[in-house]
Amino acid sequence: MKDYLDELEAEAIYILREVAGQFDRPALLFSGGKDSICLVHLALKAFRPGKFPFPLVHVDTGHNFQEALDFRDSLAAELGEQLIVRNVVDTIAKHNLQDAKGKFPSRNGLQTHTLLDVIEEFEFDVCIGGARRDEEKARAKERVFSVRDEFGQWDPKLQRPELWSIYNGKIDKGENVRVFPISNWTELDVWNYIKRENLQLPEIYFTHERECVVTEQGQLMANNQFLNLEETDQVVTKKVRYRTVGDMTCTAAVESEAFTFDDIIAEISNAKISERGATRMDDRISEAAMEDRKKGGYF
Amino acid sequence: MDLLRFFTAGNVDDGKSTLIGRLLYDSESISTDILETLTRQSKTTGENTTIDLALLTDGLRAEREQGITIDVAYKYFSTDKRKFIIADTPGHAQYTRNMFTGASTAQLAIILVDARNGITDQTKRHSIISATLGIPQVLLCINKMDLMAYSEDRFNEIVSEYQTFSELIGLNKVDFIPTSALAGDNVVHSSEKLSWYKGLPLLEYLETVKVDEGNLKEEARFQVQYVIRPQTEALHDYRGYAGSVLSGNFHVGDEVTILPSGVQTRISKIESNLKEVKTAGKNQPVVIHLEDDLDISRGNTIVPKNALPQTEKSVEATICWMDNGAFNSGQKFLLQQNSFRTKAVIKEIHSKIDIHSFQDLESDGNLQLNELAKVSIKIAEALSFDSFKNLPKSGAFILINENTNQTVAAGVI
Repeated sequence: MKDYLDELEAEAIYILREVAGQFDRPALLFSGGKDSICLVHLALKAFRPGKFPFPLVHVDTGHNFQEALDFRDSLAAELGEQLIVRNVVDTIAKHNLQDAKGKFPSRNGLQTHTLLDVIEEFEFDVCIGGARRDEEKARAKERVFSVRDEFGQWDPKLQRPELWSIYNGKIDKGENVRVFPISNWTELDVWNYIKRENLQLPEIYFTHERECVVTEQGQLMANNQFLNLEETDQVVTKKVRYRTVGDMTCTAAVESEAFTFDDIIAEISNAKISERGATRMDDRISEAAMEDRKKGGYF
Repeated sequence: MDLLRFFTAGNVDDGKSTLIGRLLYDSESISTDILETLTRQSKTTGENTTIDLALLTDGLRAEREQGITIDVAYKYFSTDKRKFIIADTPGHAQYTRNMFTGASTAQLAIILVDARNGITDQTKRHSIISATLGIPQVLLCINKMDLMAYSEDRFNEIVSEYQTFSELIGLNKVDFIPTSALAGDNVVHSSEKLSWYKGLPLLEYLETVKVDEGNLKEEARFQVQYVIRPQTEALHDYRGYAGSVLSGNFHVGDEVTILPSGVQTRISKIESNLKEVKTAGKNQPVVIHLEDDLDISRGNTIVPKNALPQTEKSVEATICWMDNGAFNSGQKFLLQQNSFRTKAVIKEIHSKIDIHSFQDLESDGNLQLNELAKVSIKIAEALSFDSFKNLPKSGAFILINENTNQTVAAGVI
């Protein structure tokens, strides 16, 4: 196998089939973002003409882009696969939690509660996610099969050895594994794969005009009803696109004219700023923000 | 473009993380925002270190606090010629099992040596692990040459010592490169200070090194991961065996044997990438259909009728013990080979392998963390296997502690 995309694809399909073979109640975390769209495509290659051996699960923070939600719903419907959506707003009400505050109120921490609740509700023993090791340095440390305790917590100092392509997903009841089939893909690999397989994506990945608020760090945030803006905040209209599709309250757009897959691939190849650096406010809080979220049960 | 997976190993403080940082930094693979963060974190007190490149891979809080690597970090970069996946593995003896994790998927090992210290116990341990794992190519990177005044004699001295050792342990192919990762000599750019060295600098070496892809005529092996049975009206009789080809090639029409049952049949159809294909090759994910309706489940092996592997209820293997707790005789395990799992016990520990001499030492019946040993394992259901040296995917397994669910050993047959 000479082409690296074939190699990465084969690895991911192998991992998906291991999940199906080893676990009783798997779920695939699907947000309508590019990484989880790739996962769904890989699942087609792994399991068709059969049905997926898992439902698609989305934790909706209530701050998602409508384009991504519409895409999520239409893809699930088109494939005839089950989609389970659970809302962070309901979790906030149920557990009497404090909603996110501030100018850019991020429910990133709160969605962990919803995720753990949905895992408990359906007794999922494994959740497949689209996280990649090139995204962030705590993720760079995580195994493909990442075993979590009853509270969903990751213990980075006690990870199981993971040898060759032999994956040990054996757990006790109540525990949970997070599996990352595209661990070894980079942002550029994902785009090259999307291009090769000609995958459909939500429109916000491509250039469009948008009203944006400029943050103190110079990032462009879509002007939306969830932001608590002050009068001094500057609103501008720019040609932008999204490199990642997270919450509207913590995901920044990048200025871009990229209209085709090739434009985007050229843009990323020349980008001087990393994917999360360009688009995520949540990782700027501290150097160990991701590690801490994972220890708390985040995917 | 092809992909090279390599890992870096060596002693603590030999400069592994710095070397990787240097590779990424000088090949302009580090984004500006990550550089900013690094610059903020780096101690600027050092004379010539404005940026601590090791911080790039030490991704955990505990690692940054202690300045050590605890677990494997994976890093990705590419040049015009190749894509690379680096596993930066820990140097501390205590974390050797994490090093094993990073090494097991690699095609090439970079073992770092501090030019001042030469070959150490840890160098030997990592070399023996590389030999045990059958890593096709080893590069001994003799680093910190700046601290030995870039001495050619010192380089040659270490090379000759290592050559003797690598022959003893049976390493396949070994190359040598002198570097200073900290100063950037001979990592991405060649250095005038090492003008006596006529070989390639590290990056160019990595871009061009040919990694042995094993035997082209190897026997075909396939293991069932998952049975696809849609059970819909339209696909009422569809029954496909999903898995990846472990080695060799399969063709439609091949006469095959199912193991462990020994039943014979013929391949009626192969699907790959949602299309029918005539043949399937190594590592390719496929769905195989058979002419006869048989009882075949996950973990069963499909092989050509005339090229059978061994199928036994006991195996002789070399294992690396990876659990914090020592081995207790009589302990029950699950042996997992790809998708096949069965109960297992270690019947006998024949010998341990001394990391200094590579000699077999008499067994004391114990196994401690990171020890290598030759053992006999008895298993409940027959295992179909080949020697790891011939067909790595059919000759490797892990042992899982039934009680704690931990992966406690890695083994090769």
